Amino acid sequence: MGEKSFQLFPEAASSIAGQVDGLYAYLVLVSAFFSLLIAFLVVFFAIKYRRKNDEVPKPVDEHSVGGMVLEIVWSVIPLGLSMIMFAWGASIFFTESRPPADSMEIFVTGKQWMWKIQHNEGAREINELHVPVNRNIRLTLTSEDVIHDFYVPAFRTKTDVLPGRYTTEWFRPTKVGAYHIFCAEYCGTKHSGMIGTVYVMNEADYNTWLGAGSGEGSMAEQGESLFNQLGCGTCHPSALNKQNGRCPNLNGLFGTTVELKDGTKVRADESYIRESVLYPQAKIVAGYDDIMPTFKGLVTEDGLLKLVEYVKSLGPKDGTESSATPAPTQTSTSPQAPARPANAARPGQPIPGNR
Amino acid sequence: MITATPPVETKKNYLNQTEGLKSWLLTHDHKRICILYLLGVTFFFALGGIFAVLIRLELATPAGDLVESNTYNKLFTMHGVIMVFLFLIPSIPAVLGNFLIPLMIGAKDVAFPRVNLLSWYIYMIGGCFVLTVLFMGGVDTGWTFYTPFSSSYSNGYVIATGLGIFIAGFSSILTGLNFIVTIHRMRAPGLTWFRLPLFVWAHYATSMIQVLGTPVIAVTLFLLVLERGLHIGFFDPAYGGDPVLFQHMFWFYSHPAVYIMILPSMGVVTEIITTFSSKKPFGYTFIAFSSVAIAVFGFIVWGHHLFVSGQSAYAGMVFSILSYVVAIPSAIKVFNWTATMYKGSVRMTTPMLYALGFIGLFTVGGLTGLFLASLGMDVHLTDTYFVIAHFHYVMVGGAIMGFLGGIHYWWPKIFGRMYNEGWSKISAIIIFIGFNLTFFPQFILGYMGMPRRYHVYPPEFQVLNVLSSAGASILGIGYLIPFCYLLWSLKYGPIAPPNPWGATTLEWQTSSPPPTENFEVTPVVTQEAYTYTSEEVVHVG
Repeated sequence: MGEKSFQLFPEAASSIAGQVDGLYAYLVLVSAFFSLLIAFLVVFFAIKYRRKNDEVPKPVDEHSVGGMVLEIVWSVIPLGLSMIMFAWGASIFFTESRPPADSMEIFVTGKQWMWKIQHNEGAREINELHVPVNRNIRLTLTSEDVIHDFYVPAFRTKTDVLPGRYTTEWFRPTKVGAYHIFCAEYCGTKHSGMIGTVYVMNEADYNTWLGAGSGEGSMAEQGESLFNQLGCGTCHPSALNKQNGRCPNLNGLFGTTVELKDGTKVRADESYIRESVLYPQAKIVAGYDDIMPTFKGLVTEDGLLKLVEYVKSLGPKDGTESSATPAPTQTSTSPQAPARPANAARPGQPIPGNR
Repeated sequence: MITATPPVETKKNYLNQTEGLKSWLLTHDHKRICILYLLGVTFFFALGGIFAVLIRLELATPAGDLVESNTYNKLFTMHGVIMVFLFLIPSIPAVLGNFLIPLMIGAKDVAFPRVNLLSWYIYMIGGCFVLTVLFMGGVDTGWTFYTPFSSSYSNGYVIATGLGIFIAGFSSILTGLNFIVTIHRMRAPGLTWFRLPLFVWAHYATSMIQVLGTPVIAVTLFLLVLERGLHIGFFDPAYGGDPVLFQHMFWFYSHPAVYIMILPSMGVVTEIITTFSSKKPFGYTFIAFSSVAIAVFGFIVWGHHLFVSGQSAYAGMVFSILSYVVAIPSAIKVFNWTATMYKGSVRMTTPMLYALGFIGLFTVGGLTGLFLASLGMDVHLTDTYFVIAHFHYVMVGGAIMGFLGGIHYWWPKIFGRMYNEGWSKISAIIIFIGFNLTFFPQFILGYMGMPRRYHVYPPEFQVLNVLSSAGASILGIGYLIPFCYLLWSLKYGPIAPPNPWGATTLEWQTSSPPPTENFEVTPVVTQEAYTYTSEEVVHVG
């Protein structure tokens, strides 16, 4: 990363980087060909047909068959070449938009002007991100203030980090090393200081690093204590509180489809849970009343992520809830995730298959 | 201009018809309003250029050593706001379009001369708002004003800047409206749509965008002002708004606005290439309709600015494919310009150098746009210097090369004087070289991952940044030279004949500079705009 004083091409350190570079090569070739073709023709015509006397040239009849053929040729060939660009780019984009099911989960909160990162296992870091090599990593990102953008050039990936909602970004680092994190969306005074480093480590080093991390317990465990602290369990049935409550059962809720009072259906993903904590009146579950107070201002973005993780970690539902069926994966922001057993999250232990 | 000695013969023209400052400030003559606009846009171009110089000086080293972060952020914001809204958008339409559309269609003036003057005053009032902001301490949102930064977090004068752009927008709407009505209603007898010069077609397409698109940016900025001033929630999630909604609304105007900047320039280049090849443009109808196609398709591609902002992947796909569709009419134009030179009688005059420079730079700018329209590629490139390089190739390499080419081409008509060919050719070449040195390294910087709007940057990006700054100083000198010899020509340049280039369009059939009413007698048109084989182009009837 910083040690080289001059370079012309970025390092490629993720599974997607090679694909993006391949597309780039195609685009550069097509562009170079047409730029040079046009430049050559312009210079060639300017010299060959330079005015030698005052004679006015005969007009070329572009209504002739030849003229028409030319117009069609130079419309259709660029269209064909650009459709390849479209399809190639779209296929890479779809890979980028769909985190594999076995991704490790990491949470990123952007704020002016720093990156706060929380690992599922409880480790926390600022402006640094430690990840194991050759593992799929899925980031869930949100912002506490303005729009930021989490960009790792060596991985060829970036995603806007928005206030008030979650976005996702995933990558599979393929090379051990240290790489830039840049905030790519202008966010105010110290925008160019909102940078950091991704450390890609081999599995053993990563586990050592993780083991030395915080002793606060996993994200889900921290979420659980926050859940109790805020008194959520007095109304919501959960792992500890099994009796029917005045509010919807949270066990096994995550990833299911919830029927609302107004008849619409909504998928219980990260954004839904976040919204239900902050704006409970926005989506009332069928069969329940609008009685929940807002927790806006009482929970930080970090805390919200922990609550979300806690709800995700809750075991299968007791069967007392309304019909809930798993929904298919649809968009990048709400990948399908089967509910994980409550005991799956343990500090210091990356969980395969949790996402 | 007012002090310029009139041509030796005492013939009255629009410049010396009446005298005194009042006769200029209250004029209804589209040609005088062109000159008022020329003064305005030149001033704002110089001002925006000063900010560009400071930006490039700061970026010569990786550390933030020339100015502090807040100042740097204000520099690039003021550079963008002034260049986009106060220079590029009015530059060709309000200056050259204003002067030439009535002349090219054989009319005495635009349809609404008073509205035309009003639009200049509105433009200047908008400009004064921006200048006031500048003197009060500036604004630091970037010219894109993304929420919720602009509405809730910025410490700059967002409301005043927003209102300035809001006001200037009405000038653009009125100009567009005036042109549409003028082109529909005031064409000379016999001047059918397909006998119109392609410059007029390009401006017709531009005017459509101005009239349909500008109200959207006005609404958007007004909502922004309401949210910032009165905390009415539209965009900030803290007030229950949607932060991405602003981007949709902003780009719904600002992407078509790119075509407001480039289409008139394409019109200029078409005129120059046909004249200096002494040949009818190859594929007249294709060039004409490609202008209209660009204007129409330009309205449905805005989402390609939002590929990484959490918009659905399917929406991204639709916007990506539409962006490729809008690229095709531009490609058609480039091929047709090139084919126009084939078997022509080519003269390498200064305007022609600018026009050919335009083709080269616009081709690179357009092709690199294809990179950004490709979803997977854009994820890596968006918000990096690649984007900066791309749109400067289109805006500076395209729009400004066209503007300067047009100014050189019609200078004899506007002021009745010739400029120095040697100096003008040298400066055109200096601008071309300086431009490429400034912006080509930025493509490489962008692919390496240098984000835009960075005050300090990692040291491995320095060499390319130094190259870019060096290029900018060459470019700056290139822009200063025309300023000098063009001013010089006003007083000392040789008197220009009515048709110094041997062009065929109507504006060259009247004297240079034209009389106040443009033509002694209303021309009657009997043939296509570009008929080089016949001696007689216009039968005066």
